[in-house]
Amino acid sequence: MTTETKDHAELAEIFNKDEDRVDWHDETLWWIRAKRDKSVHQLPEWEALREAASGIKHNVLSNLNAYLQEFESAAKANGIIVHWAADAKEHNEIVHGLLAENKVTQMVKSKSMLTEECHLNDYLATHGIEVIDSDLGERIVQLAGEAPSHIVLPCIHKKKEEIGDLFHMYLGTPSNMSDPQFLTETARGSLRETFLTRKVALTGVNFAIAETGEFVVCTNEGNADMGAHLADVHIACMGIEKLIPKREHLGVFLRLLTRSATGQPITTYSSHFKKPRAGQQMHLVLVDNGRSIQLGREDFRNSLKCIRCGACMNTCPVYRRSGGHSYHTAVAGPIGSILAPNLDMRKYADLPFASTLCGSCSNVCPVKIDIHDQLYKWRQVLVKEGYAPTGKKIAMQVMAKTLASPTLYHAAGKMGRLTIKYAPFAVSNKLNPWYKQREMPSSPEQSFGEWYAKNRKK
Amino acid sequence: MTVGLFIPCYVDQFYPGAAIATLQLLEKLGVTVVYPPNQTCCGQPMANSGFEHLTGGCNRLFIDNFSGFDYIVSPSGSCVLHIREHLHDDKQPELAKTIAHQVWELTSFLTDVLKVESLPARFPHKVGVHQSCHGQRGLHLSSMTELVAPNFSKPGSLLNMVKDLELVELDRKDECCGFGGTFCVAEEAVSAKMGKDRVADHLKHGAEYITGADMSCLMHMEGILKRQGSKVKVLHIAEILNSEG
Repeated sequence: MTTETKDHAELAEIFNKDEDRVDWHDETLWWIRAKRDKSVHQLPEWEALREAASGIKHNVLSNLNAYLQEFESAAKANGIIVHWAADAKEHNEIVHGLLAENKVTQMVKSKSMLTEECHLNDYLATHGIEVIDSDLGERIVQLAGEAPSHIVLPCIHKKKEEIGDLFHMYLGTPSNMSDPQFLTETARGSLRETFLTRKVALTGVNFAIAETGEFVVCTNEGNADMGAHLADVHIACMGIEKLIPKREHLGVFLRLLTRSATGQPITTYSSHFKKPRAGQQMHLVLVDNGRSIQLGREDFRNSLKCIRCGACMNTCPVYRRSGGHSYHTAVAGPIGSILAPNLDMRKYADLPFASTLCGSCSNVCPVKIDIHDQLYKWRQVLVKEGYAPTGKKIAMQVMAKTLASPTLYHAAGKMGRLTIKYAPFAVSNKLNPWYKQREMPSSPEQSFGEWYAKNRKK
Repeated sequence: MTVGLFIPCYVDQFYPGAAIATLQLLEKLGVTVVYPPNQTCCGQPMANSGFEHLTGGCNRLFIDNFSGFDYIVSPSGSCVLHIREHLHDDKQPELAKTIAHQVWELTSFLTDVLKVESLPARFPHKVGVHQSCHGQRGLHLSSMTELVAPNFSKPGSLLNMVKDLELVELDRKDECCGFGGTFCVAEEAVSAKMGKDRVADHLKHGAEYITGADMSCLMHMEGILKRQGSKVKVLHIAEILNSEG
């Protein structure tokens, strides 16, 4: 992709060239945030639920090894075949191996951000396997040859007219047809054929229960169920952090998940998978891919509590005005910005800076991840590890030296004020990013310090 | 009670009116206020950019300037939050901790410490309040729309004491303005767009003035208002609370 070489600020600037689209994107996501607010305010116990969920996940992360072993043996006892993948490569190889074993070259897949993270579709394509994404939003971005821009709403960056054009091109709908009902019916018809003819279906996992060895997949479209129930082989892929200890904990998370995500009281389908039906194979791939490294980073461990609701994206004023693709990673937005540097600091060094640290993300997070504090902490880590641009490093050193000395500070302040007053062209020009869309502050006659010395003499 | 007045560097240099109003307001309320002349900056610009390790000089200076006061008060939620969360000194860790706990943001100092219940101020205008994020979400100056919790606003309760002042309702009560320190230049496109959207909300509801407890957000929105040729002005909340009746 061409976006690889550009950082968040550059990609966001491109996105902002079309201000009407930015307004539309912002308002669409704000509408979802407002729906979320309305829905959570109906539960007086909302904050207690968040606290409980955060505590349960804290327990899971503190005892992850034990819960994983408990889960594995329970799942095996249920007849599920469990696989372990240390990284994305192993994950992709395991999935490909299962497809090869079953001699199939086509697979249907419901939404799984983990497979996006592992770039499974690309990997399988190079091995001659065709994957059809069955989540409507994912199918749309797949037809467009794009990555999802949002973990819950993969095609939220696309207007219905653009979706109509894609369907016209690939699914034979009439041109200029953008009625959402009609387009959805078309996709449903096309996917029905896919569901009926695929022998292997891959799904994600929202929650895996250590006690029982079962897993739960949440979808609004029922597409995971359609795929899994009609296929001879069901492959479910999950990050190792998706565990919860007991079935009784599930209620806490199911109540939080969709209220946070879309403002719905519950996901339309919360499907429990415990054992393969007669004649079916059920595989479960447990994937680490950097999670155990993150678990070892004390300051960032809590990021693994994430249940992928996307609330932090919907509320983030930067995300809403820069679009998911500007984050150039599978999981965008505030949560993506604290997860991605763990995988590759150099590639994602820009992301923790794509925030004003306003803190709204931490407030909506259903598992109370201290997202904005972690963004701050990642900034410190990235600078210390040497990922700050040289120009910025020098500027910061000069600034720190000036501000640590009252004499230098007073001289610099005076010079700044005099410059704005008598040589405004030195700052009010194209080289100053502030001035591009904002006027400089006006320059007062004297600083407060100077005024105080004159007016409050002892 | 002796209060050390902590004036953020950019307020000192560019918005002395906000600092003078803070001083006069505190004096009006019977507080003895001292401004240590050698103060500079809290160190936040470096820290938020990932260079917290370069803030040692600022930290030592802050401790030298502000030791020995009953309280330290500043007309900025953001700088106060930075000191509360990050002031430290390996050579005198206890003193740094004590000072970090003595720092108060102006409006919460008025409502929680001085327990101000009335003010002799009058400001016959329609005013929009900008909830600066660090003051609101960091120092809890107001309730937050994301949380299921009772409504309150410390700046709002003070503005309600001002005669003839009319507060305007906003569509988005507590959305960030996009200033964000160095974010405002590093992410210029998004920062400016956020600022334009915030300003538009105030304009739509007929605000004549935009106020708040942080001058940095107001400086950002002022830059946008001026570029648009708008007559709407920004004022630090201290300037309104200190306005003569």
